[in-house]
Amino acid sequence: MAVADVAAHAAPHEEHPTTTGLNSRKLVFWAFLGSECMFFGSLIATYLVYRGRDQAGPHPHEIFSIPFTSFSAFVLLMSSLTMVLALAAIQRGNQRNGAIWLAATALLGMTFVGGQCFEFTEFFYKGLTLQGNLFGCTFFVLTGFHGTHVSVGVIWLWTLFTMAVRGKIPKEKSLDVEIAGLYWHFVDVVWIAIFTLVYLIQ
Amino acid sequence: MATTTAPVTAAAHAPAESGTGLWSWITTVDHKRIGALYGVTAFTFFLIGGLEAMLMRIQLAKPENTFVSPDVFNQLFTMHGTTMIFLAIMPLSASFFNFMIPLMIGARDVAFPRLNAFSYWVFLFGAIFLNLSFFLGGAPDTGWFGYSNLTSSQYSPGHGVDFWAIGLQILGIASLAAGFNFIITIVNMRAPGMKLMRMPVFVWMTLVTSFLIIFAFPVITVALVFLLFDRLTGTNFFAPAMGADPVLWQHLFWLFGHPEVYILILPAMGIVSEILPTFSRKPLFGYPVVVYSGIFIGFMGWGVWSHHMFSVGLGPIADSFFALTTMLIAIPTGVKIFNWIATMWGGRLELKTPMLFAIGFISMFIMGGLSGFMHASPPADLQQTDTYFVVAHIHYVLFGGSMLGIFSGLYYWFPKMTGRMMNEGLGKLHFWLTILAMNVTFFPMHFVGLLGMPRRVYTYAPHMGFDTMNLISTIGVFGIALSLLVFIWNFLTSSRSGALAGPNPWGGATLEWAIPSPPPVYNFGTVPTVHSLDPLWAKDGAEISRTANQVRGHIHMPPSSVWPAVSALGMAMLMSGMLFGWWVGIPGLVIMLVGLYSWAFEPCH
Repeated sequence: MAVADVAAHAAPHEEHPTTTGLNSRKLVFWAFLGSECMFFGSLIATYLVYRGRDQAGPHPHEIFSIPFTSFSAFVLLMSSLTMVLALAAIQRGNQRNGAIWLAATALLGMTFVGGQCFEFTEFFYKGLTLQGNLFGCTFFVLTGFHGTHVSVGVIWLWTLFTMAVRGKIPKEKSLDVEIAGLYWHFVDVVWIAIFTLVYLIQ
Repeated sequence: MATTTAPVTAAAHAPAESGTGLWSWITTVDHKRIGALYGVTAFTFFLIGGLEAMLMRIQLAKPENTFVSPDVFNQLFTMHGTTMIFLAIMPLSASFFNFMIPLMIGARDVAFPRLNAFSYWVFLFGAIFLNLSFFLGGAPDTGWFGYSNLTSSQYSPGHGVDFWAIGLQILGIASLAAGFNFIITIVNMRAPGMKLMRMPVFVWMTLVTSFLIIFAFPVITVALVFLLFDRLTGTNFFAPAMGADPVLWQHLFWLFGHPEVYILILPAMGIVSEILPTFSRKPLFGYPVVVYSGIFIGFMGWGVWSHHMFSVGLGPIADSFFALTTMLIAIPTGVKIFNWIATMWGGRLELKTPMLFAIGFISMFIMGGLSGFMHASPPADLQQTDTYFVVAHIHYVLFGGSMLGIFSGLYYWFPKMTGRMMNEGLGKLHFWLTILAMNVTFFPMHFVGLLGMPRRVYTYAPHMGFDTMNLISTIGVFGIALSLLVFIWNFLTSSRSGALAGPNPWGGATLEWAIPSPPPVYNFGTVPTVHSLDPLWAKDGAEISRTANQVRGHIHMPPSSVWPAVSALGMAMLMSGMLFGWWVGIPGLVIMLVGLYSWAFEPCH
């Protein structure tokens, strides 16, 4: 069968058949996440290389509040659960529940970012600045980039929420949510790495 | 083949050619047009980079010359290196990726046509931004690898380094977007029957290059983020006084920088792997070995970066390790060279211009490879580092290697791109002038380098033994300029009045030769099924060509879109706002968001 014929009969939103059978958008997103691993890998490696080189404080053990950060880490992990539920609802064609879970995910993400803002302010008043020592610059830039990723994810989720509320994510378009989910889970996994390497192993 | 279903209607249902006005070029998502845009833009920057080199060579023609000031000289060598690598060779390769990859794998376009347009526009804006520095207070002057802490605000108080760092960030986004696009295109858009081991070598090398891009560019992105934070907000990522280690920059830079070397050379290796079989009338010798060597180089490219840093003093264990890996990576390269020679061995050689450039590539790249191999030994490297010997090496691999490979590809695929043949006589003149002039220019640099002439110094004292050879190098660079004038003349006249090429002027074996020159907007009327590595040389070659030109039913092509260009403009403005201020950055952010959202919600079917 010629490809032209297939394309001619395809529904407007159906993707062209691919060599691997995998959707191209999904595949490119996996490639993007691979690339992001190198990005966060370089940031984390720099933090680890510079750990313990500071003469001047504040040092990590003086300012970290493990219970507080454990709580926000828990919040972010729970948002992965709600993300899974959102995707499941959309895949079943239930856009109302999908919208609710998308909103829940976005709100949990915002709680996490809010917690990070609170933490940054607190650390700042305890004397940790971008310019003060190596811990300050490596910590703020690493966690700041992670927080930016979460924030981009939150905007993305609210966009999807708006679409779901208006009934624009039917079952056939669940891939839109699935890809946002890939991103969201990745950002979550990165936080597990940061939380372990930066906060827990001091 | 479904020959009975739809009647063959020659181009009746095919999309019409898009317009020719400026707007059609701004909104185009056609991979062939984007390839042309990449090619013309990159070649323009190649000429600008060449002009910078000429000015440096004039300054170095005689000892204690005062043609340019030391400050200007620093800007010239920095911008020459940065331009040639990021604005000339990489995008020239990207031009071939764009134009040829869909044609060679039997696709109608790349996987993400709008993302492809976005890549080009980001590249263009990044390149313009970087070069604006010449007019806004001075270009970057810290060398193309911008070692810390020369790049700190303390030692580089002007804005040159800011232009450099932000410009490279913008260009990095373009490269990343293109890298993702070509991985998915090659993995997911192949014609039926084209298994991985039936892909042309150029497609393979593009795949490896794209993987190198998506894994290497995030590393330099992080390094540049640190540098920009240090310069713009006063952090201490590279400040030794605060306990930081400037060598961190070198590790991050070269962890990117060495894969980058293969990003520059692998496409050229792919190009000559297409050309040698065509003009030897013989399939590529040891195709799987050539492919595996390319993949092996792609992996090993990650384990050699510290050979750029032997003079740092990393200690005997690190030095030995990186010396060994560097010697190891020479093996797959050598394997490829033997495969190319064996391809020609016993073949019916046709020494047309593309073939001459391909053979020139092999011979010049061997010389560059041998001097590179000398650097693998730390004691030898300590003698050679920061001298003109290294400059000679890099020019034999990048000019003698990458650029000759690119010229080879240009002569080879020019008929496919334009429908017309390049003039053979002028092409051969271009080739011989290039080979002669590049050796006159770069060969003496080996000697002045071993005599101890340091690179990146604006002048030298007389009677050091450098005088004559520097003058010879300077004469050579005018020869290169002359050869380029011949090429440009040939290009311009041939694209207007060259002999008509027909679909397959060279008798090539790969799919792009099955369709008309220049290809129609939709490339293939019907995507043919591939049964072998050299489809057009196979028994059913004529059948494949016939199928490829039959239009059945309606062909759907992606509509053009302005949003990739808008998003790219916004992104470039947002990032340049780091330097120009909020009044550029905030509008940039708004434009970018409008562009991205319009893009995301624009129907693409």
